Amino acid sequence: MGVAVSEGRLTSPVLSAEKVSKSFGPVQVLFHIDFELRPGEVHALIGENGAGKSTLMKTLSGYERPTGGRILLDGQEVQFVSGADAEDRGVVLIHQEFNLADQLSVEANIFLGREPRRGPFLDSSRMREEARALLAELETNVDPQTRVMHLPVSDKQMVEIAKALSRKARVLIMDEPTAVLTANESRTLFRQIERLKREGVAILYTSHKLEEVKEIADVVTVLRDGHHVVTAPTSELSVDDMARHMVGRELVDLYPEKAPQPAAETVLEVSGFSVLRYAEDVSFTLKRGEILGFAGLVGSGRTELMEGLVGLRPAHGEVKVHGEVVHIRSPKDAERRGVAYLTEDRKGRGLILNQEMRPNLTLFGLDRFCNIFIDRRREEEALDQATQRFDIRAPHRRIHVGHLSGGNQQKLLLAKTMVVEPDIVIIDEPTRGIDIGTKQQIYNFVEDLARQGKSCILVSSEMAEIIGLCHRVVVMRSGRVMGELSAGDINENNIVRHAMGLSHNGGGRHDARH
Amino acid sequence: MTLATSAARQPSPPARRRINFSALGPLLALALLIVIGMLLNPNFLSYGNLTNVLARSAFIGIIAVGMTFVITSGGLDLSVGSMAAFIAGTMIIVMNLLVPSLGASWLVVLCGLGTGLLLGALAGAVNGLLVTVGRIEAFIVTLGTMGIFRSLVTWLADGGTLSLDFTVREIYRPFYYGGIFGVAWPIIVFAIVAIIGEIVMRKTPFGRHCAAIGSNEQVARYSAVRVDLVRLSTYVLLGVLVGIATIMYVPRLGSASSSTGVLWELEAIAAVIIGGTVLKGGFGRVWGTVVGVLILSFIGNLLNLAALVSPYLNGAIQGVIIILAVMLQRERSAAK
Repeated sequence: MGVAVSEGRLTSPVLSAEKVSKSFGPVQVLFHIDFELRPGEVHALIGENGAGKSTLMKTLSGYERPTGGRILLDGQEVQFVSGADAEDRGVVLIHQEFNLADQLSVEANIFLGREPRRGPFLDSSRMREEARALLAELETNVDPQTRVMHLPVSDKQMVEIAKALSRKARVLIMDEPTAVLTANESRTLFRQIERLKREGVAILYTSHKLEEVKEIADVVTVLRDGHHVVTAPTSELSVDDMARHMVGRELVDLYPEKAPQPAAETVLEVSGFSVLRYAEDVSFTLKRGEILGFAGLVGSGRTELMEGLVGLRPAHGEVKVHGEVVHIRSPKDAERRGVAYLTEDRKGRGLILNQEMRPNLTLFGLDRFCNIFIDRRREEEALDQATQRFDIRAPHRRIHVGHLSGGNQQKLLLAKTMVVEPDIVIIDEPTRGIDIGTKQQIYNFVEDLARQGKSCILVSSEMAEIIGLCHRVVVMRSGRVMGELSAGDINENNIVRHAMGLSHNGGGRHDARH
Repeated sequence: MTLATSAARQPSPPARRRINFSALGPLLALALLIVIGMLLNPNFLSYGNLTNVLARSAFIGIIAVGMTFVITSGGLDLSVGSMAAFIAGTMIIVMNLLVPSLGASWLVVLCGLGTGLLLGALAGAVNGLLVTVGRIEAFIVTLGTMGIFRSLVTWLADGGTLSLDFTVREIYRPFYYGGIFGVAWPIIVFAIVAIIGEIVMRKTPFGRHCAAIGSNEQVARYSAVRVDLVRLSTYVLLGVLVGIATIMYVPRLGSASSSTGVLWELEAIAAVIIGGTVLKGGFGRVWGTVVGVLILSFIGNLLNLAALVSPYLNGAIQGVIIILAVMLQRERSAAK
């Protein structure tokens, strides 16, 4: 299965996984992963979204327990009880969202939970000295007495690393450390990684930036759909090889027949649209009956762009709906223009989990259910229709939405949005964390919409989904449109290349289309 | 190797079909209280006593109905007691000032009423705007305005008492002491406010939106609910209701001072919570609030009528009831 490692790796592994599997309920996300991490080695873990990188890291660092296989520390089998337990043994995971107490000072954070004491009191002078020494070692000039909330992101990362070092970390696991850093800040981080490596710390990290992986990692492991694909010295893999290994998946026949080619009529035209800090100068068009995909990595600004379009974020630029220039300042404005947005965050922003299905279903289009008073009977009828049309399966009608499965929640969210009968539906990550069967239902539903002459924007990080459903695909990276693909050009390779910023003719191609 | 050992974490909702005590709790408590009252003192259910208790509880009651909306949508208003004192003081000053030019007439009283309503709406708007546009926590905002209103009325009264002109007082008096078919006006107004409040909460988009915002503001925002407008409206509504309560209150004593309306805010909040509205927001019921108000006032009344427990312990008993009510609430959310 995997490609054998050819280069001799002399030292013995400090942390390794043997046939590690992990399932969440019925869903298996890791399949018999073999993995070794050696002292003084920078090991990059790459793969598409959902490939299982984060789960593997959490399993290695005690935040998740494997459901199969075993973890070895210094060749001995270990079972970490918790993340803290792993930390005590020198295996530290730095989360993507930092685990720092914002209101506390840097030194208080570094020693949190293990504060040096003198009698019953904190030994602050020792804490300060040691913190200063640690930070000096990392060559940063962070003042140990600053409150963490005042630090820039890169310094917070340094504080996390200092905290890890103070715990005598031998294995440092970092989940996308550079995702939030600027190029310069990344440079600083890489210098520190080099330094730690020389001191014999084993470093495992994930990144979506393949050039960066090429530059700083010694060894690369590629995961795909929870399977180990390859582990090889970075010197033996080109960036293109990495992308190919990440992608090479066969498309399961999950997708319905594509809706017929869209009509010529343009229903939405967006030009020079920017959303503060997230998207810049984005232009695209959407035709009647079209499914337009928005591909890109997590964090490429697609969600924020769409939120800007429906007035959930401050934005500027020209938007034409059915040829008419519109100013959409709120979701209400958008709804009046026939534009509806389905959030990617169904639990946090889509549904009220501690209410029943009925008020959730009708919240978005509530004015359709009332004269002066809300007509309860009409609401109940709508719920009947929705459960039937979207096949929402609930044990009983009055169940709190939080108790529904993810798939049924997603279907309810779809139903809720469709209550306002929008012409243009923006669907953001509609299949995240739901089972294959429901995915298929949702795909069918989206194709049906297009067939009925509605238009659909599909934001998805699952490339197979984009390829299987869309007529045309816009690829974004760091808030900008990198390229637009249509018909035969829509394949994983092209999308990945644009999304990773490897293809530089993207903009040109986009322009040529007009 | 094979998985499926880990217990499938399927959410299996408990299909509870037992009596929902948290819904009925306040009603049962009220019923119990009335029975005890009848046993302890035959006068408890007499016309005179009931009218007295209900009329006096009407002020807190009217305010508590408004407070139900504020709390349901995730807010809080600590300023209502001070606001009532400030409104009462200003109303009296305005009416006294008008007497020389207009004479002691209905017109003067009408101007007073207008002042009360307008000032209530304004004060509510100030709270609401600071919370929504100013993005300051409701607790902080209304803690601030609580101090401001209280000190304004003290200043207006110059540390003493503002008294309504005697001739105007005679005209105004029936607002508290009068009634129709033997029911006092404050009771009638309280009942009307409560019924309208209940309907608005249950049957209108506004009520639904309040609950949605209190449950999850983000979901409401993403569902095209005008969150800020609804929030602001709850504070203005509460302000207007404080105005109405004050209008009923002024003719009772005909005066206002820095001790007017002290602790009304806490009594109103307590009534709302006892009635089953969730303090964090997301769920509210106006009828529950009415029951809460009645429970609190009957307790006070009973302690005065019966010699079993010293009336000085009134506060302690109310405190126990509030804590019990919240414990019931917590059990409901745990069982959910």
